[in-house]
Amino acid sequence: MTTFSHPTKDLRSFKVFTIEEGTVIDHIDAGQALNIIRVLDLAGNDTIVTVGLNLPSKKLGHKDLIKVEFRNLTPDEANKLAIFAPHSSINIIKNYEVADKFLVTVPKSIERLIVCPNPSCISNAEKMDTMFHVSNGGEHLKFTCHYCEKKFQHDDILEYKYS
Amino acid sequence: MSPLSKEDIDRMSSLSREDILEELKTKMLSAPPQSPFFGRDIISIKELSREEIITVLNHATALKQTPQPELLKNKVMASCFFEPSTRTRLSFETAMTRLGGGVMGFADAGVTSTKKKETLYDSMKIIGQYADVIAMRHPAEGAARRAAEATDKPILNGGDGANQHPTQTLLDLFTIQECQGTLEGLNIALIGDLKYGRTVHSLAQALIHFNPTLSFVAPESLQMPSYICEDLKKHNISYTFYERIEEVMAQADIIYMTRIQGERFPDKMEYERVKDVYVLTKDMLAPAKPTMRIMHPLPRVNELKEEIDPTPHAYYFEQAHNGLYVRQALLGLVLGALHA
Repeated sequence: MTTFSHPTKDLRSFKVFTIEEGTVIDHIDAGQALNIIRVLDLAGNDTIVTVGLNLPSKKLGHKDLIKVEFRNLTPDEANKLAIFAPHSSINIIKNYEVADKFLVTVPKSIERLIVCPNPSCISNAEKMDTMFHVSNGGEHLKFTCHYCEKKFQHDDILEYKYS
Repeated sequence: MSPLSKEDIDRMSSLSREDILEELKTKMLSAPPQSPFFGRDIISIKELSREEIITVLNHATALKQTPQPELLKNKVMASCFFEPSTRTRLSFETAMTRLGGGVMGFADAGVTSTKKKETLYDSMKIIGQYADVIAMRHPAEGAARRAAEATDKPILNGGDGANQHPTQTLLDLFTIQECQGTLEGLNIALIGDLKYGRTVHSLAQALIHFNPTLSFVAPESLQMPSYICEDLKKHNISYTFYERIEEVMAQADIIYMTRIQGERFPDKMEYERVKDVYVLTKDMLAPAKPTMRIMHPLPRVNELKEEIDPTPHAYYFEQAHNGLYVRQALLGLVLGALHA
């Protein structure tokens, strides 16, 4: 049997390689990275996107991570992803260095993204945009439909409308 | 300030800047103060403050004492009932007629373009061009708010599915105040289907403003939803759960009965078990305070025996009657004929 000895240096940087320019979305709640890729339409153009799933994290236990090359997320885009991953941090990278770092802010309302889980809601009967008011009720975010006024948690939401 | 007419604008275009400013200043100072209700949609009871609720009730009291047969002369109300209603529709239409206004509309969506798959948005946009105010009921939850996006005419929500029915809540509050002389600090028991009944949800939320002690009498499977209880807790409103009407009879100022709706039960055996537990009979009233009054949003089935009707405790027919004055008050306020 052949055995391989590991070099002494940290291998983590090889697992998810460093980028020259772009954005690193870190501390994403495990399991939410693919939702974020859809909501920000990161797969829909030529940018290179690297995704790490279930990476060990001191803060979260496990986390996801996304690196997007040559694209700087705007604060608005960052806030949109906050409904999936309210603890995530955004690192703007320039020349392999962190040029800017900020935490996402949960928006007060979110439009056109969530499909109302209430089948009796008018938004499921007519072709129209949805809108949810977001509140931070303890551990979990709560989403109140602007139309039917029903309150939901993430687990209740069955469908998102991705752009 | 009243909106500027085309003639005003044409005339002012020939004036100097100083003269225009002077004219606008005079116009603003001479205009009556704008009521916060003017042009407003009444969609959800949660959007009304304590002061606003009291304003509506005060106007309803005045209109009950002194009719105003010309208050809304030359105004037109569209009565758009996409699903059946008896009391709500007829009292809205009577309210408008008795204030001197006109009424047009429909009581069945089957006679409208909805049948041709017209959207609610389009229907309400068009109806808003004919009417000054719209009273509506629709089976979809949130329909009234959607309608309000389609038109700038005020929408009065007469029920949107299982969601909101604010005019019912206002007439309930008016009735409680009328029969008890106050809304403050009363002991109010809500009985029956507390899980699905929109009437009791909205009433419990509106009573938050008036420091009540609430009793919820229902089988465990039909108890008050936790989101309402959380709201009450947040506002330090005291509430207790009960399973039997007898447990609350002696202390209640108001007994608010609701119908247990068999079609809501996922388990039919459970329905059979509880359906006759919440039937109020005359004998059960013996320990009640003499001033206790019974309310019910109606229609009743068998939860409220006819033998109670002649007792001084019965107040549900007066309650239905009061819908007229509360809806008159709202029509007058949103059309700017009454002021806050």
